[in-house]
Amino acid sequence: MKIVTLLCLALGLMAPAISAAETQEVNLYSARKEALIKPLLDQFSADTGIRVNLVTGKADALLKRLETEGENTPADVLITVDAGRLHRAKAAGLLQPVDSTVLQESVPASYRDPQHHWVGLSLRARPIMYVVGKLDPSALKSYEDLAQPKWKGKICVRSSNNIYNQSLVASMIIANGEQQTEQWARSLVANLARPPKGGDRDQIRAAAAGQCVIAIANTYYLARMTTSQKDQREREAAGKIGIIWPNQDNRGAHINVSGAGVTRFSKHKNNAVKLLEFLVSDTAQRFYADINHEYPVRADMEPSDTLKQWGRFKGDAVNLSLLGENNSAAVKLMDRAGWR
Amino acid sequence: MAAVSALLALPILVVLSFVLQPAGEVWRHLLDTVLADYIVNSLLLMVGVGVGTLLLGVGSAWLTTQYQFPGRDTLIWALLLPLSMPAYITAYTYTGMLDYAGPLQYQLRDWFEWSYGDYWFPEIRSLPGAMAVLSFVLYPYVYLLSRAAFLEQSVSVTDASRLLGCTAWQSFHRVGLPMARPAIIAGLSLALMETLADYGTVQYFGVDTFTTGIFRTWFGLGDGAAAAQLSSVLLGFVFLLIVLERWSRKRAQYHHVGIRSQPMNVQFLRGWRATLAICACALPLMLGFVLPTGQLLVWAYRAADQIVGPEFYQLILNSIALAAGAALLAVIIAVLIAYGKRLSPSKIVVSAARVAGMGYAIPGTVIAVGVMLSLAWLDNHIDFWFRRNLGISTGLLFSGTLFALVFAYMVRFLAVSLQTVESGLAKIKQSMDDAARSLGYRPKEVLRRVHIPIMRGSLLTAGLIVFVDILKELPATLILRPFNFNTLAVRAFELASDERLADSAIPAITIVLVGLLPVILLSRAIARSRTTTYVERTNADN
Repeated sequence: MKIVTLLCLALGLMAPAISAAETQEVNLYSARKEALIKPLLDQFSADTGIRVNLVTGKADALLKRLETEGENTPADVLITVDAGRLHRAKAAGLLQPVDSTVLQESVPASYRDPQHHWVGLSLRARPIMYVVGKLDPSALKSYEDLAQPKWKGKICVRSSNNIYNQSLVASMIIANGEQQTEQWARSLVANLARPPKGGDRDQIRAAAAGQCVIAIANTYYLARMTTSQKDQREREAAGKIGIIWPNQDNRGAHINVSGAGVTRFSKHKNNAVKLLEFLVSDTAQRFYADINHEYPVRADMEPSDTLKQWGRFKGDAVNLSLLGENNSAAVKLMDRAGWR
Repeated sequence: MAAVSALLALPILVVLSFVLQPAGEVWRHLLDTVLADYIVNSLLLMVGVGVGTLLLGVGSAWLTTQYQFPGRDTLIWALLLPLSMPAYITAYTYTGMLDYAGPLQYQLRDWFEWSYGDYWFPEIRSLPGAMAVLSFVLYPYVYLLSRAAFLEQSVSVTDASRLLGCTAWQSFHRVGLPMARPAIIAGLSLALMETLADYGTVQYFGVDTFTTGIFRTWFGLGDGAAAAQLSSVLLGFVFLLIVLERWSRKRAQYHHVGIRSQPMNVQFLRGWRATLAICACALPLMLGFVLPTGQLLVWAYRAADQIVGPEFYQLILNSIALAAGAALLAVIIAVLIAYGKRLSPSKIVVSAARVAGMGYAIPGTVIAVGVMLSLAWLDNHIDFWFRRNLGISTGLLFSGTLFALVFAYMVRFLAVSLQTVESGLAKIKQSMDDAARSLGYRPKEVLRRVHIPIMRGSLLTAGLIVFVDILKELPATLILRPFNFNTLAVRAFELASDERLADSAIPAITIVLVGLLPVILLSRAIARSRTTTYVERTNADN
């Protein structure tokens, strides 16, 4: 018993001392993976002298942590990789509005919260991919077309557990209504080449290997395969794939953002805002574009060369908050449609 | 002791308390659509993994204890190696090898000029695939515990059975197996609890189980209450397992009367028998370790562009320190609880320990949330009190510290250490205690001078399993860890979930390497305890 008490005490003492508000630091909860954010944070610290403390994790878990910690939370900034979670954080009262002209001027209105609780930092497009030569791209013009019986046994898509699919379906609910979207989801499931499994890259690989002709995936996965330096087979697979920008005649291709907001009980708000402003700066936006092949959120920044070769496209301009609001409807709909 | 076990039971009780919250509409939806699938898949998965781990684990344990054949001494410890493989990493490697787009099928298509649909090939990412992968990683639990039991069996019993005319098979089936049954079932229930808690593998394979359902309900549908209620249904499964395990233990209270008075009397195998034994023992090792690690090495060599620098050494250090410290603590707590129960089986201690023991089957994320809620509540109340009475804010004292993390590990892994320690303690007859007490030892001394030396194998086993489990533990570590603190498992997961399997191979291999050392040390210690313990103890007693 004594030993246990001692150990507990020792561990308690190892806890970082309660941080003083004066120190130049900012605490970050990030659903963006360390490898995809750390270099930027280091740059920020070098530029400003503000130390960044980082915990990465899954968005929902980080939200829960923020929520349970309440007003004593050490976190100043929350970063997620989809707008739905940012919306959820806002709805739960975990974020606060940020009044920054830099952010408002840099980020187009549809990629940030109308009440300034969060801003998008990079864009992620989810177009339709196909095996070049096995399909006439002009025969497939929209997400809705994927429901046509002629694509039976030709489509690969990952599980509906994934937030990217949930957001896509949420965007379709907004555009077409729930009933029509459920019908669409049923037909899509009937067209699948195999039960949903694996991640986005797996869908692309399966298409390249001939298991299906059409895959739905985020562009940066394909871009990373294309630029994979050491893995020749990945490059070969990616070389067989072409991109169809869907719904160019109407709402545009589905887009989500990775984004950030300042927490409601932030103890270093000034630093937090500085960090957000840094993340939309030229340096940071180039990093998103060149290292991870995401589309910069700023209209005046060019995407990476790999992305450029897939051409410009029209993105769905629906305000991303709505995706979050429709997320649970989307999940239920996919349950009913049998999309695993 | 009651306080400690109650504290450890708290996070689970917090999760359970959500049962009282209404969540009618979502339940309706779940019942209408996916709940039946969750139940059926979870049950099938448990049956499959149960059969798989028994076949792989018990057979190899018996062969390596009763027979001598070339390579046996290596196999004895090597068979434990899959323990250090995170299940989801193994799942990734098998998919890499066997998937339609993988090298094997690619080569087959190339040779025979097949295309999609021309041929049949087992689909790895499926329910049977999940059963296989989980069996490959989890059989060491069964192997470890049943081997320890076979070793602790008095040699004279097996000898007697052979003298009385039993064939080798009969001696296994009628004597060795029944006597080892409590240990085998303890190992099996660990494997099954881990199966229930698994998220990574089933999620990647597209198999909808209770765990995937909990996360879908919580995150996708945004209904925490319904998710917690699903978790309580999961606890129902666990409760069933535990009852089953207790029941089997009660029916068969095997104490070994004779002590290991003779060195192991192993039979030498030659010729085809030896070959067969080697193959039977090498198979689990191949499937659970050699093949997946091989694939990891190929990935790491071919594509990884990660630099192994000082920052990476820090990861290794963090992982080892955390796992070793927490494993030690878990064993100490388990010994105290188990011994407390032996001395005076108070109802509170017993039931609190049992609730805490359920933690092993609950997905780490759910435990973590329970821990967060408990600690944040405590922190915020302390803070409130200090601010009101002393005018200073204490902030968060426990949340977001290593304490929170270690606390979560205790909740999650107490079952492992407790079961192992209990099954070790149960084999020591009460008359030993009585004898020691009548010779004037106080209970503490009995524990130190009689029980702990006899149980040394079990204690080391418990420590090792918890160490390796923590080394690869992911969900709780991910959520609860302090700022700027990473482990190997976190790194491997981050890269793998970003679909950068090649880069994740290096931390994954390092987890395996770090897990290797204690595995080797442990099996040495267990092997030694077989021949030396008795002598040491006689000396101590004199």
